[in-house]
Amino acid sequence: MSITKKSTVKSMALAVGLCLVALPALSACGSSDAGSGNGSGGSKTVTLVSHDSWAVSKSVIAAFEEQSGYKVRVLEDGDAGQAVNKAILTKDNPQGDVFFGVDNTLLSRALDNGLFQSYEPKGSDRIKAEYLADQDKHRVTPIDTGDICVNYDKAYFSKHKLAPPSSFDDLIKPEYKDLLVTENASASSPGLGFLLGTAAEYGDDGWQDYWKKLKANGVKVVDGWEQAYNEEFSGSAGGKKAKADRPLVVSYASSPPAEVIYAEPKPTTAPTGVATGTCFRQVEYAGLLSNAGNTEGGKALLDFLLTRTFQDDMPLNMFVYPVVEGAQVPEEFSKYGPQAKEPETLDPAKIADNRDDWVKSWTSLVLK
Amino acid sequence: MDLARTEVGPRKGAFRRGRARSAAVRLGLIAVPVAFFAVFFALPVAAIVARGLKVDGVWQFGRLLDVLGQPDVRHVLWFTTWQALASTALTLLIALPGAYVFARLDFPGKQILRAVVTVPFVLPTVVVGTAFLALVGRGGLLDGLWGVRLDTTVWAILLAHVFFNYAVVVRTVGGLWAQLDPRQEEAARMLGASRLTAWRTVTLPALGPAVAAAALMVFLFTFTSFGVVQILGGPAFSTLEVEIYRQTSEIFDLSTAAVLTIVQFLAVGAILAVHAWTVRRRESALRLVDASVTARRPRGAGQWSLLAGVLVVIAVLLVLPLAVLVQRSLDAPDFGYYRALTSADGGVFLVPPIEAIGNSLQYAVVATAIAVLIGGLAAAALTRRDAGRFVRGFDALLMLPLGVSAVTVGFGFLIALDEPPLDLRSTWILVPLAQALVGVPFVVRTMLPVLRAVDQRLREAASVLGASPWRVWREVDLPMVRRALLIAAGFAFAVSLGEFGATVFIARPDNPTLPVAVAKLLGRAGDLNYGQAMALSTILMIVCAVALLVLERLRTDRTGEF
Repeated sequence: MSITKKSTVKSMALAVGLCLVALPALSACGSSDAGSGNGSGGSKTVTLVSHDSWAVSKSVIAAFEEQSGYKVRVLEDGDAGQAVNKAILTKDNPQGDVFFGVDNTLLSRALDNGLFQSYEPKGSDRIKAEYLADQDKHRVTPIDTGDICVNYDKAYFSKHKLAPPSSFDDLIKPEYKDLLVTENASASSPGLGFLLGTAAEYGDDGWQDYWKKLKANGVKVVDGWEQAYNEEFSGSAGGKKAKADRPLVVSYASSPPAEVIYAEPKPTTAPTGVATGTCFRQVEYAGLLSNAGNTEGGKALLDFLLTRTFQDDMPLNMFVYPVVEGAQVPEEFSKYGPQAKEPETLDPAKIADNRDDWVKSWTSLVLK
Repeated sequence: MDLARTEVGPRKGAFRRGRARSAAVRLGLIAVPVAFFAVFFALPVAAIVARGLKVDGVWQFGRLLDVLGQPDVRHVLWFTTWQALASTALTLLIALPGAYVFARLDFPGKQILRAVVTVPFVLPTVVVGTAFLALVGRGGLLDGLWGVRLDTTVWAILLAHVFFNYAVVVRTVGGLWAQLDPRQEEAARMLGASRLTAWRTVTLPALGPAVAAAALMVFLFTFTSFGVVQILGGPAFSTLEVEIYRQTSEIFDLSTAAVLTIVQFLAVGAILAVHAWTVRRRESALRLVDASVTARRPRGAGQWSLLAGVLVVIAVLLVLPLAVLVQRSLDAPDFGYYRALTSADGGVFLVPPIEAIGNSLQYAVVATAIAVLIGGLAAAALTRRDAGRFVRGFDALLMLPLGVSAVTVGFGFLIALDEPPLDLRSTWILVPLAQALVGVPFVVRTMLPVLRAVDQRLREAASVLGASPWRVWREVDLPMVRRALLIAAGFAFAVSLGEFGATVFIARPDNPTLPVAVAKLLGRAGDLNYGQAMALSTILMIVCAVALLVLERLRTDRTGEF
């Protein structure tokens, strides 16, 4: 389609659009925030594009707005994978200035597609070395980290006088037959993380063999985290209501604290625990979008994401761990869901090279 | 334009001028809906397909054969078709007795029940899929009674499709059935035909086209099924729509997604073409009577047991999953989950989740206004006697958004509506626009039969007496279609409230809609989050049910398909 043709259609559409817009202007919606359409172009607004797990305290955003003079607009753009894909699709004319929420499993897709421009935020020197990536070009900055681990239902294991599993090897033992539920690795990020964890543990040649044994041991695969955790896992609040019967689920190390924090009245101990030998480390990055309309604002926002104000606030909002030295980890985290000491990790470049092949062979091995 | 109108009277040339003017009116009426669909549907879909299939400006049609040659893709195609056929057959089998009962029997609570069975149709699958598991999953009713568990089997998918589409059959077939003159069948029996023969030779042929139309709608909805298959079927089952979503959203293989989109587009186009044909046949003259006189109190053991059977099916298959939602939302002391909705402390949202109700209602009002405007204009254009074949084909085109993947439209919006003068990506109007896209087909389908029933001679008489087209519409059409218009608006409203697929792409974090808020709460661990999701779902369900109940009160003699 030629450019001219496209713009003819567009101007025709504008006429239609205008009469349509006139309608709602009269209604109660008019106040929501019409006119912010070109928001990121204005130098006083900075737009953050993220996934729908984004959450932050109001006061923290207010603090940034006050000290920097920029107004923050947030655009939550679907789940993690979707948000990255949409950012790539729109990179020539991005929807915002900063993108937050691309993790190590998808990092290469973002970098290869030229999603980000170089910027090393102030405070980068305080980031713990193990989380750093793309050090020669500084296109992305780590912001938070979290572990994908098998969670267990404490009540089940004490009732059956069985020790909960602690490692990948345990999961294929006969006493844990038909107990584990996990997510589709091609559609869910914890599902993919768990697959990558096994690949890191057993290597390129060994992981398929491991999954054959896991399958023989009755692992159940559902499509997404919501089904696995809320419908199949007997330890979660949703699972109890759904009379779920799987006491092992692939979730996050921060899920047990969430079970305590989002409960009324709060229990003295978490109903679920973490099998610390089954963890795969996820790191989430942010970066300044190529062709950002407000690069100065974007840089200021990236600086802010590394401040203590933001890093301390993050854990209880997004249930992740901070990445800078000295940031506070809330008491509930260490009490109910200790971070794994030696989680599995994989070099993003290695993930990039193998992800698609691994997911393909995993699909035909486990789902078919 | 109408300056010459001051002189009234049959004059030479007036007829020709009238024809020219009428053509202009038709063009004017159709221009707005055409532009709307061109910009908010065709353009985005074409843009995303082009992104997938064009490399350096050259179309890669070879990809079509590559993709279709893959065994995995062929399996998806086969499963999509197979499960849609099976779902359609099962839905007809279970819902046709219901259609009869709602059409011909009179019993207390009928209006409420008809609203209740329609609720699933407008609820987002993200909500209901969860509750439906309580019926067929572990510890569910079937499990408790007979130890039968159907989760992650194809049976769960089929039953959920019945759950969602029951209302389509009851409303489409039952609506017509209620208006068939029972005296025709009685006459046949007086002439010696057995009850069965009378039904087979008189009623069945009259109902045939309505059954076909309902079957095709159910086939369309199940052919493009997404949430049901993803949630209840597990990862082993995949329809075209699910596969388009995975390829676009997870794997980011846009060229495969583009090929699958084209395949789905062609399939849906074919379904709609057949549907349009059956609709036209159905509008052939039937002797219709007022629905209120055909329904009677049940008589005899046969009718009573049929009524009882239908009520049991409705209770188990439709009401029970909805009741589970309510029960789970109340599973905290003192309405704890509902009270939690009023606080923003949870950190999941910047605003108390309860505000999602206000957002949803506001969006739905705007979406309804757009849908009624666009759909109403389209319906008016389509009913004009001089509407040509092209215009009548437009009727089917308006249904296309129902059969095209929300992810395709959503991604298309992103790359097609991204530059001035149409940079709408980050404006709130995008949400109601996307919702209106799904609402328009309902408006058109509800308005068309009513508008077509208006006697053309009335309009002609008014014109000849000098009324402007606007005045003709206001004085002749509007009084007759006012109620149908309200019903259409109500349906568009309910559908907008429940719309999830496209909204989730564009809803803003400070203005979440109900379904989006539910999905976000379900995406977090913890009792309060899960409970609030159930409470919000229950509220959404009640709002939809109330909207539909109001519609029941407005039912006209001839309310179209829905």
